Amino acid sequence: MTEIHKPALLACRHEDGRLRVCLGGNWLLKHPRPDACEVILLLREAPQIRQITIDGSDLERWDSGLLVFLYQLLDYCKEKDILLDCQGLPEGARRLMKLATAVSPSGDPGHGRKPPSWLETIGLEVIELAEEVYDFIHFVGESTIAGIRFMRGKARYRTGDFWLLLQECGPQALPIVSLIALLVGLILAYVGAIQLQLFGAQIYVANLVGLGTVREMGAMMTAVIMAGRTGSAYAAQLGTMQVNEEIDALKTLGLSPMEFLVLPRMLALILMVPLLTLYADTVGMIGGALASVSLFDVTLLEYAYQTQAALDLSDIMVGLFKAAVFGVLIAAAGCMRGIQCQRSAQAVGEAATSAVVTSIVAIVVADALLTVLFTRLGI
Amino acid sequence: MPQPHIIVRDLTMAYGERVIQSDLNFTIQRGDIFVIMGGSGCGKSTLLRHLIGLLTPARGEILYCGVLETGEDKPCLDFCRANAQTRLQILRRVGVLYQSGALWSSMTLAENIGLPLAEYTDLEEDEIEALASLKLALVGLKGFEDYYPFEISGGMQKRAGLARAIALDPEILFFDEPSAGLDPVSAKRLDDLIVELRDSLGATVVIVTHELPSIMAIGTNSVFLDAESRTQIAQGPPRDLLESSSHPKVKEFLTRGGTL
Repeated sequence: MTEIHKPALLACRHEDGRLRVCLGGNWLLKHPRPDACEVILLLREAPQIRQITIDGSDLERWDSGLLVFLYQLLDYCKEKDILLDCQGLPEGARRLMKLATAVSPSGDPGHGRKPPSWLETIGLEVIELAEEVYDFIHFVGESTIAGIRFMRGKARYRTGDFWLLLQECGPQALPIVSLIALLVGLILAYVGAIQLQLFGAQIYVANLVGLGTVREMGAMMTAVIMAGRTGSAYAAQLGTMQVNEEIDALKTLGLSPMEFLVLPRMLALILMVPLLTLYADTVGMIGGALASVSLFDVTLLEYAYQTQAALDLSDIMVGLFKAAVFGVLIAAAGCMRGIQCQRSAQAVGEAATSAVVTSIVAIVVADALLTVLFTRLGI
Repeated sequence: MPQPHIIVRDLTMAYGERVIQSDLNFTIQRGDIFVIMGGSGCGKSTLLRHLIGLLTPARGEILYCGVLETGEDKPCLDFCRANAQTRLQILRRVGVLYQSGALWSSMTLAENIGLPLAEYTDLEEDEIEALASLKLALVGLKGFEDYYPFEISGGMQKRAGLARAIALDPEILFFDEPSAGLDPVSAKRLDDLIVELRDSLGATVVIVTHELPSIMAIGTNSVFLDAESRTQIAQGPPRDLLESSSHPKVKEFLTRGGTL
């Protein structure tokens, strides 16, 4: 084992405005080293120094530890217009220093570091919001055009893709939809029945669960599940395609990504969300029946009869209509975020997140509007 | 007196049953710019991924010599059979520039370079920052510390990748297709940079490439992999191979199908 020689820094001043800096020992990153500040402090005290000569004849081993010292010193010297003479350094270090200074800086050193003032922040946010609204309108317009072309039978997409998408967002979602719908039906019945029991009217739990599930909860739950499960997947898929320039490749082939990618996804969700909702309604009512029959002295027949009496076909249609609207919203949010994705891994993650957030917000707002509308219309 | 740095002995690489290359035998000397060449799909990049431990060989050994202090009597370590800690120690002496740069897109350039430093050294934050700007200056990217990878061009991303590769002062540098996707002038500049860094850092360089100008300009030694026979069919300095290789495939490759 060789003995480790401590890095040494000896600064000896000369009379005629020159500083001689002698370096010795091992200058390695893994050991503590003298700081460039020591020399810089000395330079501040003696502004008459115009030239620094580095003497590295006593240097033993060195790595980036030496370079970073010299580089910091060089930075200061450039600023103060002091000449730094590196001739006395080992050859490798001299060449590296030359390389480091070969290209003059072209980037903007303060890039992205300075936080904008609050007024600027507000302005930027507003501009961003306006851009988002513009992008949204743009997307709605393009998807409408794609939809019209589809109705006229002119849209170009691969039918194989469509069936695959249909399978992904339909049958493969059944297990999770079953579980959630059953449990929500059960909870609704249980909470409702406890209250209704006070009046001895626990049979009306069938009305509560039936109407609640069919008109509201069925569509809502299915939509939220699909937003988390399928909307985010669409955003991630399209976002990754954007990163890999696959979408550009489609465009240059003259294939519209709106028709080729977005349209089949929208169609798949418009078809599947209402079907899944119908299924969720049924399972939800089964959950309600389970709770009522086992805990609240309601027979299965009574429950079924009461449900049948409470429900109208229009209630079911209201639920299904809502579900179709939710389907459009989920697909639109997912695809829009995916198509607008920037080209980086982080952007794909953001696209997936904002797809879910956007679709859930859109679902709840749309649900509120539709509920008010249907009540006004008396449906 | 040349000292061996990496020795590959009877190496066979396979994905499951499918053999990519077999019976590879070559030695990379200290200070070499060693070129792994061959046609597309012959397993060049696979070989590189074996050398840096991303893949495990089906047979044979890869020896790293004098990288860790193991004593005089046993200077070489079998990389593939070493334990996880030794492998990590060897890898810390190695820098890799991936084909696309492979910069972490959620970090700025300075953070990209700072991550290996923060993980493997006990430097202070300001020292890491200073080192990161030094490394960026070395590859000609001074002033781009706070840029994100997607804000700079492909050639700059590659140079930033190189800055990250030399962050820990490696003694072996691996390059996967360094000049792919660069214009001739940028490619030449990158070649010069590789040579300059090799000379001043005293590192050994291993390059996977099929760019003839680079191979001829900077390669000091090479191995030629053949896709059909699935083994190496020539080795030696590229210029010697061009002049004296008797193998028609090597000749064809190095003269661009006889057009040069």
